[in-house]
Amino acid sequence: MSAPLLSGTRAGQPLLEVSGLCVDYGAGPGTVHAVVDVDLALHRGEVLGLAGESGSGKSTLAYAITRLLRAPGMITGGSVGYHQEPGRVVDLLAADEGALRVLRWSEISVVMQSAMNALNPVLSIGSQLTDVLHAHRPGMSKAERRARAGELLAMVGITADRLNSHPHELSGGMRQRVMIAMALALEPQVVIMDEPTTALDVVTQREILEELMELRERLGFAVIFITHDLSLLIEIADSIAVMYAGRLVERAAATALFRAPRHPYTLGLLSSFPALHGPRKQLTGIPGSPPDLRQLPAGCVFHPRCPYVMDRCLTERPPLLRLAVNGDAGAGDRAAACWLQEGSAAAPPELARPAPGAKQPAGPATAAAAAEPIAPVAPATRSQP
Amino acid sequence: MTQLEATAQPPETGAPLLEARGLTKHFPVHGTVPRIGGGAGPGGRRALWGARRLARGGGDDTASKVVHAVEDVSLALAEAQVTAVVGESGSGKSTLARLLARLLRPTSGTLLVDGRPVPHTGRGGRGGRAYARLVQLVLQDPFSSLNPVHDVRYHLARPLQVHGLLEPGTSLDDTITGLLERVALTPADQFLAKYPHELSGGQRQRVAIARALAVQPRVLLADEPVSMLDVSIRLGLLNLLGDLRDRERLAILYITHDIASARYLADTIVVMYAGQVVESGPAEAVTDQPSHPYTQLLLSAAPDPDRATPPDLSGRGSPPSLVTPPTGCRFHPRCPHAMAICAERLPPAYEVAAGQQSACWLHASDPGLASDPPHVTDGQEGDALTSP
Repeated sequence: MSAPLLSGTRAGQPLLEVSGLCVDYGAGPGTVHAVVDVDLALHRGEVLGLAGESGSGKSTLAYAITRLLRAPGMITGGSVGYHQEPGRVVDLLAADEGALRVLRWSEISVVMQSAMNALNPVLSIGSQLTDVLHAHRPGMSKAERRARAGELLAMVGITADRLNSHPHELSGGMRQRVMIAMALALEPQVVIMDEPTTALDVVTQREILEELMELRERLGFAVIFITHDLSLLIEIADSIAVMYAGRLVERAAATALFRAPRHPYTLGLLSSFPALHGPRKQLTGIPGSPPDLRQLPAGCVFHPRCPYVMDRCLTERPPLLRLAVNGDAGAGDRAAACWLQEGSAAAPPELARPAPGAKQPAGPATAAAAAEPIAPVAPATRSQP
Repeated sequence: MTQLEATAQPPETGAPLLEARGLTKHFPVHGTVPRIGGGAGPGGRRALWGARRLARGGGDDTASKVVHAVEDVSLALAEAQVTAVVGESGSGKSTLARLLARLLRPTSGTLLVDGRPVPHTGRGGRGGRAYARLVQLVLQDPFSSLNPVHDVRYHLARPLQVHGLLEPGTSLDDTITGLLERVALTPADQFLAKYPHELSGGQRQRVAIARALAVQPRVLLADEPVSMLDVSIRLGLLNLLGDLRDRERLAILYITHDIASARYLADTIVVMYAGQVVESGPAEAVTDQPSHPYTQLLLSAAPDPDRATPPDLSGRGSPPSLVTPPTGCRFHPRCPHAMAICAERLPPAYEVAAGQQSACWLHASDPGLASDPPHVTDGQEGDALTSP
């Protein structure tokens, strides 16, 4: 059942290694397999983007990694190795409550979805921030906690006099910043962010992302960034994993995924975002809608919506195949779950574009890639009265 | 900003179908108390206490406080054209849609259909129905805009019955099937007996659009029609709106916060900030050569995978309070190019390119001398909608 396990070839050991993770909701005939056999590696200081539509299992995956999953959700297989220090690996799925308590927040923290509503409305920002320190840093005095809370707020660009404010007195962007400050309170190694900026306006979103990237440079934590906005992810993430119906369908470095997608779903997603520049083209998006997880299609889960569907796709489910990058099998971590990439048939040209090489100068390579259309484009059919 | 009346009139078409002139909407602020120190909450005792303070002459005049949601907005929707209104939350774009649908009564301003002012007859009644046959609104959230206890057939039959549109000799089901086919819900008879919970988000939004089309409107107002939907099905709906424009020559108002999708779908883009139009013009001109600092800010903040280097945001911060909006240009506290005049006077709309207008003093030929701009109008008079 397990796909070929991929070990990261990036510099350094992975920090967090997920392999063969499966999560079910419920049991018996009505079971929903929300996450099926997911392999991921997060490296120190990396931003790993997790993209997918609603119901693709990306949030469930985050909850499973942090063991925050609630019944009827159940982890039914796999392992999550956290490399606390070189040579010492903790299996998060096997860890007991005591071990988890030590790791949570101080090593791995989470910024929840709709973080705007995740703050307690009847407590001040200051008391919610010091509460974390009170629980995890018993040695700190009250004054020290207060000072640290002020420091944390300053870190995300909020003045310390806001410590006495209640959540309703802050704007959405400020509440989001408080949530990020709270997640960073104990200087964790891994921060999992579940749609952290989705509810915010585009300018506020950009400001928060800038701050986040700055903090990451300074503090060196790694981020798992979950969102449905692939175009945003390409800008901020180092590598991206795309999920569809609970499965990982493609994993690649961000630029490689954008310039040279290998899975038809990724290609479809990329052509669902209209461009901000260039001539206006008629885009097609992806026909149909995401499947019902209770009645998944046989074979490849994407085949009913796939424009490149073959006979084999109807019956056999493709594993996540390790792909060579520009003919070099050892270069980078690149994988896609599609029979087109298996080698027996030639992939269509839009799914076989050369990936931009990391060593090449960015200018000419990207210019050449940008000249190609992202998707099969129909000539614009617009009546101009 | 009377110049903006010419704004949304696309050069290639004739007279606008639905036109708004100087639309303004102020919402009264209820139950607020001038803040002194700690948090103030709405509530009877607090309000009473606030009123006493007022009687003693302290604090602001809360009784006359209003939210300046939409201020002097003029735009025109023409046949077979999509006009996009782009702005952040709180920019007044949804209020504008509700004003155009006549769900809200404007504080001042006029609506014109085919160049004739719409007489004010109240929301309901024959006049209200006649207007509703012409202008239909599609709301953002298809999960709450359909009634969960009724099936698709009921949703589409109601407008036909209410407006008496079913011609003798045609069957109700045939008409409804035709509507479903127009929004590409096929095979249509499979959808007739379905309830909203049995449909996906995209299908629900198509039903909502079919319901709007049932009365054969000439204007479709779509308030963030795709923002609640999954990425992979958004484009299908945008293409459907494009088809309706091309095939049925509908005038469409597309309200969105996503400037990239506005560029994709719309012929004309109108950018709103804090209740006012700051820039408008042909879609590609506005996105490729933005001339207002706020449009430039919006574009630099939008996600763009083609961007090689991180964008340089100029004009950080958040939109102002609409209860006490900034004087002059409402963007001036954030504007990187703010000048002395920006805080004093509201800039008129300057024509910066063919059909493209920008309400910014930067485009004045001599900002120093622009102290008496000819275009700024203060009051609105003669509005058919508000005079009883």
